[in-house]
Amino acid sequence: MTARPRRWGLTDGRRVPRPLHPIAWWVWALGLATAASRTSNPLLLGLLLGVLGVVIANRRSDAPWARAFKYYLYLALTVVAIRVMFRSVFGGDIDAATMHVWFRLPRVPLPSWAAGVQLGGPVTAEGTLSALYDGLLLGTLVCCVGAANALANPKRALRVLPGALYELGVAVVVSLSVAPQLVESVQRVRRARKLRGGTGVGLHALREVAIPVLEDALERSLQLAAAMDSRGYGRTGRASRRSRRVTGVLMIAGMCGLCVGASGLLDPSVPRLMGLPALAGGTLACAAGLVIGGRRVQRSRYRPDPWAGAEWLVALSGLVPAAVLVAGFGFSAGSVNPSTYPLVWPELPAVPALAILVAAVAAIAAPPPTRPARTQTQEEGPSRPKQSDPTASAGERPGRLGVPA
Amino acid sequence: MIDFDHVTVTYADAAGPVLVDVSLHVPEGELVLVVGPTGVGKSTLLGTVNGLVPHFTGGTLAGRVTVDGRDTRTHPPRELADVVGVVGQDPLSGFVTDTVEEELAYSMEQLAVPPDVMRKRVEETLDLLGIAELRDRPLHQLSGGQQQRVAIGSVLTAHPRILVLDEPTSALDPTAAEEVLAAITRLVHDLGVTVLLAEHRLERVVQYADRIVEVRADGTVSDGPPASMLATTTVAPPVIELGRLARWDPLPLSVRDARRHAGALQARLSGRPSPLPRHRSAAPARAEGSLVLSARNVVVRYGPVVAVRGVDLDLASGQVTAVMGRNGSGKSSLLWALQGSGPRQAGTVTVNGTDPASLPPAKARQLVGLVPQTPADLLYLDTLAQELAQADREAGGDATLTVRELLDRLALGIDDNIHPRDLSEGQRLALVLAIQLSAAPLILLLDEPTRGLDYHAKRSLAGIVDLLAGEGRSVVIATHDVEFVASAADRVIVMAAGDVVADGATADVLVASPAYAPQVAKILAPLRYLTVDQVTATLPVDQVSATLPEAVP
Repeated sequence: MTARPRRWGLTDGRRVPRPLHPIAWWVWALGLATAASRTSNPLLLGLLLGVLGVVIANRRSDAPWARAFKYYLYLALTVVAIRVMFRSVFGGDIDAATMHVWFRLPRVPLPSWAAGVQLGGPVTAEGTLSALYDGLLLGTLVCCVGAANALANPKRALRVLPGALYELGVAVVVSLSVAPQLVESVQRVRRARKLRGGTGVGLHALREVAIPVLEDALERSLQLAAAMDSRGYGRTGRASRRSRRVTGVLMIAGMCGLCVGASGLLDPSVPRLMGLPALAGGTLACAAGLVIGGRRVQRSRYRPDPWAGAEWLVALSGLVPAAVLVAGFGFSAGSVNPSTYPLVWPELPAVPALAILVAAVAAIAAPPPTRPARTQTQEEGPSRPKQSDPTASAGERPGRLGVPA
Repeated sequence: MIDFDHVTVTYADAAGPVLVDVSLHVPEGELVLVVGPTGVGKSTLLGTVNGLVPHFTGGTLAGRVTVDGRDTRTHPPRELADVVGVVGQDPLSGFVTDTVEEELAYSMEQLAVPPDVMRKRVEETLDLLGIAELRDRPLHQLSGGQQQRVAIGSVLTAHPRILVLDEPTSALDPTAAEEVLAAITRLVHDLGVTVLLAEHRLERVVQYADRIVEVRADGTVSDGPPASMLATTTVAPPVIELGRLARWDPLPLSVRDARRHAGALQARLSGRPSPLPRHRSAAPARAEGSLVLSARNVVVRYGPVVAVRGVDLDLASGQVTAVMGRNGSGKSSLLWALQGSGPRQAGTVTVNGTDPASLPPAKARQLVGLVPQTPADLLYLDTLAQELAQADREAGGDATLTVRELLDRLALGIDDNIHPRDLSEGQRLALVLAIQLSAAPLILLLDEPTRGLDYHAKRSLAGIVDLLAGEGRSVVIATHDVEFVASAADRVIVMAAGDVVADGATADVLVASPAYAPQVAKILAPLRYLTVDQVTATLPVDQVSATLPEAVP
């Protein structure tokens, strides 16, 4: 390949829009998630959510996946609500005498085998607040994952998978596209049912809709498989039976090593000496398996995303808060996990706050996203809301794939 | 390039083989057209070229298919991807990625083409097919013609030496079909690609073919140059039928060739009274022309996109109306809005003084019946008998004819125990039509009924439509099929971008338009004949075929 002219990156006066490498966005988001997991301070978490918001508002594209962030936000709010509600109903505070009691829920006596669990009882400010902090932490983690999905095209992210895992990536991509197609089929068939006088409600209607939809989905997946096969998907290349066996053994051994290692590190009852070597061995075996498995793959990549200055900056800006909060440097442990008993007003520790603000650099460091010239989509008929419609051609398919009726 | 050596294909559970003892040699750079009625082994023949039959579909292939020196017995489809490019009937269901550029690169990625070569080939292909401005667009936002060109491009980037196309234009309007065919002929002429093409609408492609392969109902195959093959094939476009009738020799394949022969025929026809508007089998039972549906200022929108823009429409009983227009011009939306099941943001629709949209679905279908683009959406039971019984229950007790009787009028003698999915396209359409007719609607709307139908099936559909109109129903057909409209419709409405741009008698609208004029009209212009039937109705057959003009008495 000839040398790529330096068109992109921060050195240019005018920023050329391009999508950022998906891995950079994932590193950035996971860095923030790591930072969030280390604190329950609502001020820090709020700041972190603010940073996510600023970056998403500035750097997401118009693509459908980019508009999905609000659903992650709803999910986060649900998590908070559930956490608080469960705490109030089930976690009735026992030593409520010393706490600020807001109100008392009627208490349900439970049999003796359910000792330790109680239903109802006093609801205190301390308990609710601590549940709110926990919920906020979980919700922020959800938002971090949502941000990564909104900023990086999930399909492009899967393309970065190592060659040996390519088939896995394709399977995920194909299954991702099935859900919207199913929704569309259901809408089309339900509308068609009305033409036969059906109302589209009740158990009977379920069958009327489900059968044509499933037949449609099956036929479409067969057509896709045929198309992929005829376009060269799954060419075997030069892989020998032996290399395939070696890859399989290495991958399975590696996975076992990873599992043992992870449990060794996380479970204090397992000796540390067993955890670390198992983890290292597992990682090595997996890496070797991927390399050997990747060697048999003969495939090339069209316009791979470049990893340039902007990618480094974005990834590092996300790693800074993670490093600061994990290393626990420049602040006291109490300030990032404010006490709820006794009740204290949370303070904003300066160093972690600044570290989180560093992640906002991504809003400027990342190049602006590409926005394809949007033209009016052509539409025809209620049966094809986005021209994406399978009916467009279902009419002249052969009865079964390739088998003319 | 492609060699078939005594090939016989038998599917599992099939009564007999689909293809019988096929021996065929296709040299490099030829455009071969595969013809035959619906349901014979055309798709099977195409599938054997890259090994999808039998590697993917199952079944047994006896004999040998060799493609560019590779035996398909030992080479599954993926190992032939660099030699054979396959484009199916439905481009969207074969797309693997989600934008145009990535789709074009997909095959090359599988073949491990180096990145710089890939980049160059994508750009070349974008230009070759005229889709450069679409490169970043999501595939599902493209129009049908654009999708089909992307599908062709996505196999071309692998530089296959053979292109296999299964009905590439069947979902397209006449203009989009011409774009796609122009791209294909350019590949044959400029790049020497060998093309194997199956198509029902022969009028669109027959003039480009170097050779025709006919698949007969018994599974045997014969091939030869187009003019000599078409003299005897069971399916033939209007230009060939007119040529056969007038015994023109050599048989003209294109409108241009036919016009050079047509002078004598024109001279004899010009003395005659102008042709009947449409051949009618029976006089209408009720007084023709009484107003049955009146729509005013109908607007259909999907978010910001306006599909139907304030359309006014009156439908009369006993009238067959065709709605034409390019893909996405609002034809289907208008039909669904008239039926009442589809969205309608503004305007009124009145049938017998009521608005069908305000009625429950079971009542609305007694006023207006609609057969959707995918008739199979209405079928969900395991056997034909169950479907018929269910349809009888839905029709209520007061129906005069059972659905079985209705179906037998449309397509006689379909087995009760057959699964609805195993019906042919024509039979399935007849079944859904019968189900909708059981509600005895005053108005029947058909959305793209001619897809996947061969000339015989279309002719019998035209007969059915004629019958319904004879009973005093008003029939509306949305279609791209010019030849079908010429033979079946009294009135044509042309829509563009949600507006009605033309509305008038079939002859007036079709003859005036270069894109929508049927072949016979083009050949006999300025005379206003639309179909071969009209010509034979005007002149006795022996006079059509006389070679010398006679003196007009």
